Amino acid sequence: MNLKLKVWRQESSKHKGKIVEYKVHDISPDMSFLEMMDQLNQSLIEKGQDPVAFDHDCREGICGSCSMYINGQPHGPENMITTCQLHMRSFNDGETVYIEPWRASTFPIIKDLVVDRSAFDKIIQAGGYISVNTSGNSQDANAIPIPKENADSAFDAATCIGCGACVATCKNSSAMLFTAAKISHLSNLPQGQVESSSRVISMVNKMDELGFGNCTNTGDCAVQCPKGISLDNIAKMNREYLKASLKSEK
Amino acid sequence: MVDVIKSNIPEGELSKKWTNYKSSANLVNPSNRRNLDIIVVGSGLAGASAAASLGEMGYNVKCFCFQDSPRRAHSIAAQGGINAAKNYQNDGDSVGRLFYDTIKGGDYRSREANVYRLAEVSVNIIDQCVAQGVPFAREYGGLLDNRSFGGVQVQRTFYAKGQTGQQLLLGAYQALSRQISKGSVKMYNRHEMMDIVILDGKARGIVARNLLTGEISRHSSHAVILASGGYGNVFYLSTNAMGSNCSATWKAHKRGALFGNPCFVQIHPTCIPVSGEYQSKLTLMSESLRNDGRIWVPKKLEDAKRISLGEISPSDIIEENRDYYLERRYPSFGNLTPRDVASRAAKERCDAGFGVNLSGQAVFLDFKDSIKRYGKEVIESRYGNLFQMYEKITADNPYKIPMKIYPAIHYTMGGLWVDYDLQTNISGLFAAGEANFSDHGANRLGASALMQGLADGYFVLPYTVSNYLANDIQTGKISVESKEFSETEIKVKDRINYFLKNNGSKSVDYFHRKLGKIIWENCGMSRNKEDLNSAIEQLKTIKDDFWRNVKVTGRNNHLNQELEKAGRVADFIELGSLMCHDALNRNESCGGHFREEYQTEDGEALRNDETFSYVSAWKYNDENLSPKLFKENLIFKNIELKQRSYK
Repeated sequence: MNLKLKVWRQESSKHKGKIVEYKVHDISPDMSFLEMMDQLNQSLIEKGQDPVAFDHDCREGICGSCSMYINGQPHGPENMITTCQLHMRSFNDGETVYIEPWRASTFPIIKDLVVDRSAFDKIIQAGGYISVNTSGNSQDANAIPIPKENADSAFDAATCIGCGACVATCKNSSAMLFTAAKISHLSNLPQGQVESSSRVISMVNKMDELGFGNCTNTGDCAVQCPKGISLDNIAKMNREYLKASLKSEK
Repeated sequence: MVDVIKSNIPEGELSKKWTNYKSSANLVNPSNRRNLDIIVVGSGLAGASAAASLGEMGYNVKCFCFQDSPRRAHSIAAQGGINAAKNYQNDGDSVGRLFYDTIKGGDYRSREANVYRLAEVSVNIIDQCVAQGVPFAREYGGLLDNRSFGGVQVQRTFYAKGQTGQQLLLGAYQALSRQISKGSVKMYNRHEMMDIVILDGKARGIVARNLLTGEISRHSSHAVILASGGYGNVFYLSTNAMGSNCSATWKAHKRGALFGNPCFVQIHPTCIPVSGEYQSKLTLMSESLRNDGRIWVPKKLEDAKRISLGEISPSDIIEENRDYYLERRYPSFGNLTPRDVASRAAKERCDAGFGVNLSGQAVFLDFKDSIKRYGKEVIESRYGNLFQMYEKITADNPYKIPMKIYPAIHYTMGGLWVDYDLQTNISGLFAAGEANFSDHGANRLGASALMQGLADGYFVLPYTVSNYLANDIQTGKISVESKEFSETEIKVKDRINYFLKNNGSKSVDYFHRKLGKIIWENCGMSRNKEDLNSAIEQLKTIKDDFWRNVKVTGRNNHLNQELEKAGRVADFIELGSLMCHDALNRNESCGGHFREEYQTEDGEALRNDETFSYVSAWKYNDENLSPKLFKENLIFKNIELKQRSYK
């Protein structure tokens, strides 16, 4: 099939960006969306033009690198997948496809469709871990049984890939779902209890300090999340935060 | 005449070696550690766990990754699980059994002492990860669950649905993040190591490029750890991430580090088949699927043909007309034979014309019987995300229609040669995880890569790097103003300028695809002397054509993905040639290395222990000369060498 692409081109954060139109031909429905972009880039290189920069790595939906806004939706029209898992059979011949970068002031544009998501690392660095040193003498892994449902909830929250679709789609550019997923993962486990108060306070403070917006319960983050991270995590984080604030003497 | 190299294995009984090493290794006192710098290249399981652990100990650590965050390293994509000799299932597992399975699975081409240590620390890994909050799968009683993987008869694989690699990597990433926040590790995201700096025969730093600004920077250190992953992308199409590359290890090789067993690569039997010329990468379907899926092709050629043309559906083929060829050929291991054996068996059926898609390169992986036995819900709870992933890519529903799969390159057992300390032959240069050659011999067992990466990073390097650095406490800060640093930087800049000014006519991908095709066809699942010789010649032509005609658009001082790729493909071309040399030298079949000239009457690999019971370690020679072979003889004192049989 043949498509018309309207792609956001921007040389750097200092330059102004604009939508540029390209045409691509002979696209197979079995191609992935990024393979279609590869084909576009090959044709640009052949013409001596700068190819469209976009983040991508594993191309199997787990590294969280790919980050395109396609026809007004992060990761495109299908649910529960990343852009790299999107295939061209989701589009029709002759269609116009808009491709833009994540939109959030906390994710500044680096070039074209590539944005800077290092703010997410900073949120994790603020406390998204259990403070345990490497040791060959940790207690046996089966010493503390963990109810299956808690382990499963922890796992579900921990499947977040840090892609940033939640922030990009939120009208407030809130990072609540991302932050809540980590807090929920660790607070569902006995090992995460000791630091649970300090963790939630410092991660939420960091999130605010970095300029992410607040949550107004629109819920688009959970709808657009390629891993189906549930809104319940935000509720859990709010409970943890309240509990910690009441306890905290700081 | 070839030289023989030594692996510095400690004296003593096999089961005591590591304990003895730990109790007699040199230590660095805490107040001296803060004066010692360590560079870690790569932030996957091995890199992140090493950087975090060494940071905790008080060393000054700098960690580099080319991705925008250390959390994106390709360890994240590992699906199935991680092995450990915990024996929680009371099925007869032990450290000795894991050791034995790994040596046997590797077709007796790995070093006893390293593998024993790996099996020994495997139990610590699970304890460590649970303490970090890694949410492994659990049973209703709250204890950890296990599953089986290929090549073994016990259940020792710990898992987190189909995302075990992700959960383990996030555990290591979180430990690393904690050290970053404490200031003991400085993280350099979107930085690529361009070369390594050797001072007085010791690795003393690296030159790196900031991928966003093009800035070239010098970083000195007392030791350098390469944990930069494997070289599967030499095949162009692989299950590796698009950015996975061999440049860090290859640069070290060109600076004198020996490269071990480059021809030992792993072809994974269960990947989604290639769908067209535009394909950019292949997707793995976890080996764990072989616990419940049965692999088959039609018995009759005409059935295979009609299925591939879409005239009939696989469900039209009655049981009697299905050839469950793994169960037929290997009754005791059935669908759970090791990866190399399962891959070759698929190739054998497809080469004979029984392939079930248009290219003739696919076999079925069928869940019909398991769904009947356990119900759809149980299968969904075990493999839900994998089935979803499969359906998204192929538009087929595997609950109804059997999956189509075909082997693809997945992992590279070869890598930088290291001794027992994981140190290369260059002092102060260490290699960990997939970047080194150790532990897996000629074939890696499933769920052992995660085990090895974390063993190296958490439990081995902290001891061995300290042992090395104990002699460096008087050295003081290493200057980056030396001649060696300047020369390395100039060399790096020259190469970048060359690419940007070359003004050729063919894209980097054009060369990469060509390279991949040559390696896949001549140095892939089966190899022979004639093809390998021809591949070496073809690669010379490609290399020449690449340097003359490669076209790199854009500039240096901004994000330039074409420039990044050009440097990586240049290195892949040279590495591909080394693989062929190694495959040509090894006149036997073992593990993933199958030489057509050396097989048994029924088509099984024919090993030659008399002559080839060694690690081949290659030294880089001048551009136009063949590489020089060194040998590390493998001595088996605790295990009896047998013809590997899974029948």
